[in-house]
Amino acid sequence: MTVLEGWWAYVFIAIAGWLATDLWRWLGVLAGNRLREDSEVLNWVRAVATALVAAVIAKLILYPTGVLEQSPLWLRLGSVAAGAIAFFIGRQKPAIGIATAIAVLAIGLWAFGF
Amino acid sequence: MDDSQTIGSGRDWFLTGMKGIFSLPAIILMLSFVGFCAFTAQAGIPMEQVVFMTGVVWALPAKVILVSSILGGANLATAFIAVTLSSIRLMPMVAALVPEIRTEKTPTWLLLVLSHFVAITAWVFAMERVPAVPRERRIAFFAGFGITLVLANMLLVAVVYQFVAEFPPIVAGCLFFLTPVYFLASIWSSARHPVIYVALAVGLVAGPLFYWLAPEFDILLAGVGGGTFAWLAERSWRQRKEARA
Repeated sequence: MTVLEGWWAYVFIAIAGWLATDLWRWLGVLAGNRLREDSEVLNWVRAVATALVAAVIAKLILYPTGVLEQSPLWLRLGSVAAGAIAFFIGRQKPAIGIATAIAVLAIGLWAFGF
Repeated sequence: MDDSQTIGSGRDWFLTGMKGIFSLPAIILMLSFVGFCAFTAQAGIPMEQVVFMTGVVWALPAKVILVSSILGGANLATAFIAVTLSSIRLMPMVAALVPEIRTEKTPTWLLLVLSHFVAITAWVFAMERVPAVPRERRIAFFAGFGITLVLANMLLVAVVYQFVAEFPPIVAGCLFFLTPVYFLASIWSSARHPVIYVALAVGLVAGPLFYWLAPEFDILLAGVGGGTFAWLAERSWRQRKEARA
């Protein structure tokens, strides 16, 4: 494993991290500035942005990194399903769905001896 | 004309935005940052670099990829490409947020500066809360929330870095899982346009599908392809409903 040192580390982070992300944010401002709030194009942009975030969510659940890599897939999917059921029963309060999903995962991880 | 009597001053709304640090999404993000901090501490990235990264990159998935690139010994160009490809989603996110928060008088430079504070959490939070904020004050509200959230997490990283090297695995696992579960619940409960529900469902399926088909560009393809499909489906449904009415 490599660790960067001295001023070069900060130049590296500024170019490969800062510039690499803010570039897209600036383009987003320039594009968003031309969109009217009630336009069909904005509806499409909303759909693309939401689908992108949803794809990130699915990857975090299906292909996690770290500790959860060793946990069974059905446990992770089961936790999300339990959370979703509690969410819809509990009048769509995010806290209820999140607490249920995490509780089911924690019990499952404990049962598997994590 | 002074309308601060009726809708509150910019400072009041900036403070209201700052108080968002005590909201559920902000707390979940801070827990995720504790998890990220543990990851970098174990990898041996110096604390000062982690704090700097938190401030200048901000988006958590981009930072995870940046750190992985550094650890893997990638050169500058390779790391830049990996991070920038994973961050394309920031563009439509910002483009969807800008029409919600600007007024005709909002200068573009201010939007460019504030766009830095957009990452998934701040985006979900802002899309959810700004409709309740008077339009003239939405910029102040978002600035208050975004700036406070970044500074608080830089401070958090600096403070907890030395304590997090060894987490019990069950805690680390649950911290990691908070993020996807929170995004799901929050996007669903805050959706104000029918197309959001369709896009969320399609994206969840399209993400793994494209990961299987073309793992290099999966998120991009799932977003553009899945989002366009969701938009077309919702639009044709809407038009049929209007034709019947």
